[in-house]
Amino acid sequence: MSTPLLSIEGVSAFYGNIQALKGVSLEVNRGEIVTLIGANGAGKSTLMMTVFGNPRAREGRILFEDKPITDLSTHAIARLRIAQSPEGRRIFQRMTVLENLQMGAAVDGSVNFDEDLDRVTRLFPRLKERLSQRGGTLSGGEQQMLAIARALMSRPKLLMLDEPSLGLAPLIVKQIFATLAELNAQGMTIFLVEQNAFHALKLAHRAYVMVNGVITMSGPSRDLLARPEIRQAYLEGGRH
Amino acid sequence: MDYFLQQLINGLTLGSIYGLIAIGYTMVYGIIGMVNFAHGDVFMLAAFIALILFLALTQLLGVGSLGLALLIVLVLGMALTSLWGWVIERLAYRPLRGSFRLAPLISAIGMSIFLSNFVQLVQGPRNKSLEPILSNVLVIPVGSGSITLAEKQLLIMVVTAVLLAVLWYVVRHTPLGRAQRACEQDRKMASLLGVDVDRTVSLTFIMGAALASVAGLLWMTYYGVVSFSDGFVPGVKAFTAAVLGGIGSLPGAVLGGLLIGLIETFWSAYFTIDYKDVAAFSILAIVLIFLPSGLLGRPDVEKV
Ligand SMILES: Nc1ncnc2c1ncn2[C@@H]1O[C@H](COP(=O)(O)OP(=O)(O)OP(=O)(O)O)[C@@H](O)[C@H]1O
Ligand SMILES: [Mg+2]
Repeated sequence: MSTPLLSIEGVSAFYGNIQALKGVSLEVNRGEIVTLIGANGAGKSTLMMTVFGNPRAREGRILFEDKPITDLSTHAIARLRIAQSPEGRRIFQRMTVLENLQMGAAVDGSVNFDEDLDRVTRLFPRLKERLSQRGGTLSGGEQQMLAIARALMSRPKLLMLDEPSLGLAPLIVKQIFATLAELNAQGMTIFLVEQNAFHALKLAHRAYVMVNGVITMSGPSRDLLARPEIRQAYLEGGRH
Repeated sequence: MDYFLQQLINGLTLGSIYGLIAIGYTMVYGIIGMVNFAHGDVFMLAAFIALILFLALTQLLGVGSLGLALLIVLVLGMALTSLWGWVIERLAYRPLRGSFRLAPLISAIGMSIFLSNFVQLVQGPRNKSLEPILSNVLVIPVGSGSITLAEKQLLIMVVTAVLLAVLWYVVRHTPLGRAQRACEQDRKMASLLGVDVDRTVSLTFIMGAALASVAGLLWMTYYGVVSFSDGFVPGVKAFTAAVLGGIGSLPGAVLGGLLIGLIETFWSAYFTIDYKDVAAFSILAIVLIFLPSGLLGRPDVEKV
């Protein structure tokens, strides 16, 4: 049995004196889609950033491909081929779409740039027509596509996405989730944070639920989707 | 007409030097949001380094060719001054990153005082001067009169133009330039993409110092006089140029530099030399009233 690609073991993280993560343990295996769901302020984005050492885990440890990365600097972690499309997308507003993608490819010295550009623009054809447009002038959905495309440019071993559906029309959300399924079918390991729990649970193999910095439930997504407490807290009345 | 053109040439020459210094202010401000008050003194230090190297080469080592001597001074001076730029960032600014906003500014002022006092102590308080070099003039007839273009003026304008072209290419089209612009816009995101932010900031200081070093050499060539206090007035003017052009904007720094050079020169030529600095600063004040982010600065209206 192979070890997990990403393994988070008893991690705690703080903002000043406020504890945002309280002994979180979580695993992502190769080839899986794992989703983390939870209410606003649960600590989901914090966990994504703690994997990158910002904020740093004060307790516990984080392993990637069996090697501890807890004390590495953020850029060194990124260079291990973990890519993140962070909360709020964080597109470089004053750079063109092409330049944003070049930034995504910087990790591996852009050796396969043309090939990768071709690949991501096939996934997101809307970006292809807008390569010379400034990032800040893209629509919200286009910016989200760009954020994912930028993360893909480094040929990541692990793709981490923080709320890719936020603020997007249902049709675009559907498209983005279909793209994620397609990427996963090609072998990409994905760690997905979502408030759109219904879509996320449908897509993922396994899921974790976080409440106030603590993982309260985990298991195959199908099982979680069937649990009444999940339906009540995250699905009914939520955004479907 | 010929008088006007003559002043134009003089103003552009001076403005080129201000522009080169201004770039260092604007790039550092762009990437870490602080005014590197020691930058003017780095320029002054560079002028001294240029003078010392030049004298050593021509008088001690007997390098006969002026061109070769200047080239060696250029390269060595850039290396030494860049090293200083790097050291200043490492010692005085990096440890303070993430502390309260004024801390690096205070540290910068301290570094500026340190540099000018250091040079005053080791070089003495008096002006150091050099035999005029590159003073041959081209006489260009214009209408009934004529204007003169000294070799050194030509050198200053050509060197500045070449450096700006190189800089533009680096910032626009190389991975380093992209990383610098990315850090300018969102340091956290840049680090998530594998950019070593600290290294990028260091390289920005190095580039600014390298340009200041060339400015120092050109200043030394143009005026033939340097003093430990030269970090202050030219430094403040270059900073003014950066603000006038829109701090953070590279073309702005160059435009600002040229404008300050021209304003100063024309004011001295047509009015009185006494108030030339007041004129430059007044124009700055007026521009900032109408364009608070400078001529080419970017107003902060980004959609987030
Ligand atoms: N930079 C920060 N400084 C201080 N506190 C922070 C900071 N960022 C997040 N927090 C706090 O940490 C807690 C977890 O925030 P986090 O952003 O991880 O939540 P989340 O689960 O991603 O929420 P959402 O679904 O709203 O994005 C919140 O209480 C938040 O206020
Ligand atoms: Mg979040």
